[in-house]
Amino acid sequence: MRLWWSALVLAVLLIGALVAAFWTPHAIDGVAIANRFASPSRQFPLGTDQYGRDTLSMLMAGGATSLGVAAAATIIGVGAGSVLGLMGVAFGGLGDGAVMRISDVVFAFPALIVAALLATAFGPGSINAVIAIGIFNIPVFARLSAASARRYFQLEFADAARLAGKSEVRIAAEHVAPNIAPIIATQAATQFAVAILAEAGLSYVGLGAQPPQVSWGRMLAESQTLVPIAPQLAIWPGIAITISVFAVTAFGETLRVRLDPRRTFEA
Amino acid sequence: MWRLKAFLKRVGVLAATLIGASLLIFLAMNVLPGDPAEVLLGMNASPEAIASLRAEMGLDRSLPLQFADFVGRALVGDFGVSATYGVPVIDLLAERASVSVPLAVLSVVLSVMFALPAGLYAATRRGRPADRAVEIGAQVGLSIPNVWLGLMLVFVFAVTLKIAPAGGFPGWGAGVLPALGALLLPAVSLAAPQAAILTRIVRAAVAEAMDEDYVALARAKGLSHAQAVRRHALANAWSPIVTIIGLQFGFLVAGAIVIETVFSLPGLGRLLFQGVAQRDLAVVQGVVLVLVATVIVVNSLCDAVADWRDPRRRAAIPPLASP
Repeated sequence: MRLWWSALVLAVLLIGALVAAFWTPHAIDGVAIANRFASPSRQFPLGTDQYGRDTLSMLMAGGATSLGVAAAATIIGVGAGSVLGLMGVAFGGLGDGAVMRISDVVFAFPALIVAALLATAFGPGSINAVIAIGIFNIPVFARLSAASARRYFQLEFADAARLAGKSEVRIAAEHVAPNIAPIIATQAATQFAVAILAEAGLSYVGLGAQPPQVSWGRMLAESQTLVPIAPQLAIWPGIAITISVFAVTAFGETLRVRLDPRRTFEA
Repeated sequence: MWRLKAFLKRVGVLAATLIGASLLIFLAMNVLPGDPAEVLLGMNASPEAIASLRAEMGLDRSLPLQFADFVGRALVGDFGVSATYGVPVIDLLAERASVSVPLAVLSVVLSVMFALPAGLYAATRRGRPADRAVEIGAQVGLSIPNVWLGLMLVFVFAVTLKIAPAGGFPGWGAGVLPALGALLLPAVSLAAPQAAILTRIVRAAVAEAMDEDYVALARAKGLSHAQAVRRHALANAWSPIVTIIGLQFGFLVAGAIVIETVFSLPGLGRLLFQGVAQRDLAVVQGVVLVLVATVIVVNSLCDAVADWRDPRRRAAIPPLASP
């Protein structure tokens, strides 16, 4: 049940964002002062903002940025993090220790601080947001994959593979990785949700998406001074973020329960 | 004896992590395009003037030497002089910390004050509607971006009801109550996601502890249900709770930076953004160093407390990520 509604909400959000990359109901780069602060109508289902831009179109375009940045940052974390963690364990001893210590150090850098450092160097932007959140995600997956991989290297099938002459790296790739994939997938859902929130924060403070690129975080920032006269402009992007994070987390939780191998015994 | 050894090991790991983090910050500041001396002197400076300033700033030395110097100075609180403010960075940090530290403490206190009763309530009613309600509430709390919560709180309490300031900080000189009043809405926005995470952790930890034999034994010995929960289940649940507070601290710091912007509070986060906007390298470096070091130290402290509360704890708890 929960799997279905969360998957449905996710699908709607992702399709909306994908479509917005090519088409939105109204143009979002123009200014139409005559339409400013329009109430919801058939033409503008959610009304318009201070420049007369259609709020629904803005939300769709913002979703493309926000979800795109979050997805890219999660992929960086999963890719680099789980490979590092797995290889650390495969090489054992010093390799494992080094990966864990470096993870500890990097974990102390909130994405926002990495983004601030990157912005000082290269100026702010969505790419920097991706890198900053991605860097923050790497130790999360490195630690998790190492922690869950360790015991598999000691099981009989790993010994059997060793007897068959496979290297530790091959054992990691062929035998351990498939076993830890479910837990990584579950964490990826959580981190995707975290990344949506982080992107919103970064764009809000001006370290993420830059004008004219639209993002949910920037919509919040732009509507802040208008809250007394047009609170709906701040309410919509907030609802979009909340629903996305809620649906992604719910989807992840369901995934966790479904993918838990112990659950097969219950049935 | 092993206690001393464990303590020394902990201090060693802490020191190594701090040095690793400062190395990362140092390297990040050094690979920045643009020479700090050129930035300071402006476009029209003569090459001689730049060279002499570089020598004065020690930029002509080897990187390892510069790093040693950087760490040595940081240890005695010398973070250089701000290019935009013209005052030592440490003075700026101290001034801004007088806003950020109380904000962080207030939000941790608020989140614990909420999470403990809520988590306990849910844990003692497992599977019942009240438990489900708390779980859904926590899930919603986790999903709401704190920037947005801040904006909505301003809309309700400052714009509509007019019972709280919309932002700004009167300074501690204006009295403790007005200052705390200015920090209350920001602290609530900051505390909400923390409270949501903590509630789930408290619930899970207490629920797990309640299944232990010692709780059944306490009940058999005649303790009431409430007493058994309080004295045994909660007492044993502290360790994971403290660990999570530590792990969450980095998010709290990041959240505080954003929330300070929402409420225009003159804290460390705003100082960081001013530094980024003005390319004031000394300020950026100082703020980042202090914030990251704080995260590392708090993490380590919470870890130590958790170990002390529960000596059985050996393996690290996998990172429970959250905003």
